[in-house]
Amino acid sequence: MRFLVLVKQVPESQSVQMDKTTGTLIREAATSVINPLDVHALECACQLRDRLGGSIDCLCMGPPAAEHTLREAIALGADAAFLLSDRRFAGSDTWCTANTLAAAIRRLPAYDLILCGERATDGETGQTGPALAALLDLPVATFASHIDRQGDDWIIRRLLENGYETVACPDPLVVCVLKEAAIPGLPTLQGKKRARQADITRWDAASLDLPGADTGLQASPTRVVKIFHPDHRQQGERIDARETDGLAQAVDRVVALLEQEGIL
Amino acid sequence: MNGIWIFAEQNNGQIAAVAFELLTRALRLAADSGRRITAVTLGHNLAESELQRLIDCGADGVLHASAPPLADFLPQPYAAVLQNLLESHHPDILLAAATTQGRTLLPYVAGRMRAGLTADCTELAIDPDTGLLLQTRPAAGGNIMATIKTPLQRPQMATVRPHSSRPAPSLPGRRGDIRRWTPPAALLASPLRRLHFEPFSEERGVQDAEVVLAVGRGLRKPDHLAVVRAAASELHAAIGASREAVDRGWLPYAAQVGLSGKTVTPKVYLAAGISGAIQHLAGMQTADCIIAVNTDPEAPIFNYARLGIRAELLPFLTALTARLRARRNTAAS
Repeated sequence: MRFLVLVKQVPESQSVQMDKTTGTLIREAATSVINPLDVHALECACQLRDRLGGSIDCLCMGPPAAEHTLREAIALGADAAFLLSDRRFAGSDTWCTANTLAAAIRRLPAYDLILCGERATDGETGQTGPALAALLDLPVATFASHIDRQGDDWIIRRLLENGYETVACPDPLVVCVLKEAAIPGLPTLQGKKRARQADITRWDAASLDLPGADTGLQASPTRVVKIFHPDHRQQGERIDARETDGLAQAVDRVVALLEQEGIL
Repeated sequence: MNGIWIFAEQNNGQIAAVAFELLTRALRLAADSGRRITAVTLGHNLAESELQRLIDCGADGVLHASAPPLADFLPQPYAAVLQNLLESHHPDILLAAATTQGRTLLPYVAGRMRAGLTADCTELAIDPDTGLLLQTRPAAGGNIMATIKTPLQRPQMATVRPHSSRPAPSLPGRRGDIRRWTPPAALLASPLRRLHFEPFSEERGVQDAEVVLAVGRGLRKPDHLAVVRAAASELHAAIGASREAVDRGWLPYAAQVGLSGKTVTPKVYLAAGISGAIQHLAGMQTADCIIAVNTDPEAPIFNYARLGIRAELLPFLTALTARLRARRNTAAS
């Protein structure tokens, strides 16, 4: 069984600091980590590999420093790693990212299961997984909360708005997983050692045979017009409801707000 | 000029409420650009009255692709049928809701068509100079807003955050053109099959809810959930949870709100016993009205709340439930 896990390097949300006066994110303070949901995707792959046999490749598009992210993935259980890195990839939107990843995947022996996190914590689009499946002409199962194997089928449990749906699909398949899909372990000593020694294959646009016009910003259908920092903080009304009087007053205000919002 | 399309998703033959929110968006864009609005639905033999509801709420036309394999959402047949329709009608704009369906279908179609797609938009407008669709969306947990456009590729595609606009008002009997189409079998193949569906039991899905009552560490023990459930029932609220409450096994992951859970945009978010870590705020700070209940006056959640109440979760929810019950009984008598 051949597994591929897509990983992305993102700013670490735990280390994100807010500017107290402007309410904006201090980007410089953020260190980079492997996208948290991708760790769950990787853990799913590890559990399936340990049960069904096979190997796990990891694929990442990012700056040269994203090699760290791939070593982290190896420490967590991946067998081999590929980094797509080229200044020409800069400015890729989700379509272009999916297209670049697809170009790399087509150069590798076929996979039985391609896994990714449901979204990255920075861009939060969740679009790259399904777009990649479309470009590779593969079925996709999004919002996966459990993956199992029965006979020739992958059995995927999906968390929808109003319940859980179960779908079945033979290989190959792209699955975008939620946190619920597997609980990651910590890197082992042996894993860390393998991560230090591993050769990370690095590919640029030329090694993917991607002409300049098909990479990065110029190949991206979308353009960012502007970025701004909203401030959701507000100086709201406060009520101390630790005593009975305050409690009654607080309940009055909540009922009034619910009426105002058209709920009651 | 080619029109504005909305993807009107359906479940069990019923057009989803979010489709009518999309019509509100489309009507505003149409007013600014003079475009025609078409609602596209995929399903199996939807009732004429369901399709007419889309016309009543502002669609100029409805295009219903109908076939048994389209009864439930399956990514590949849905994408193939939608792509076929887009390529034969060339709409300028396609909007879908940022639901599990929309967030699967649109990137798949955009991938196929090399179209520009913006996820989870909260604002849409037409650029008066270029006529392009300006799509504004939150990223990085709501800390950044980005406005995005697609200069060349068509259609300009966007998914729109549920509950970010009101449903379009209905004018029953409004005239419009309803067309049904049976797609060729070649478009309907799917290696992926739907086996079954288990709806959430008594609890409402947190993503769909107009009111969310979320609890965190302040709950202290799972026994106290009965009080939360009683309050949620009076509020018609879905129960949400902080990561802490899920990690302790008090509530299921499906209820988790925040960076590693769901992003919710209800009209009212009542956070009880939740301090408001940045990861939690990322999943709820764009709610219309945030009410926070916490014993710690320094809890960050208070900085985001329209109403901040310093109280223990249990006495507060008990008092609120009692008041809502009394109010309901008075109304009934």
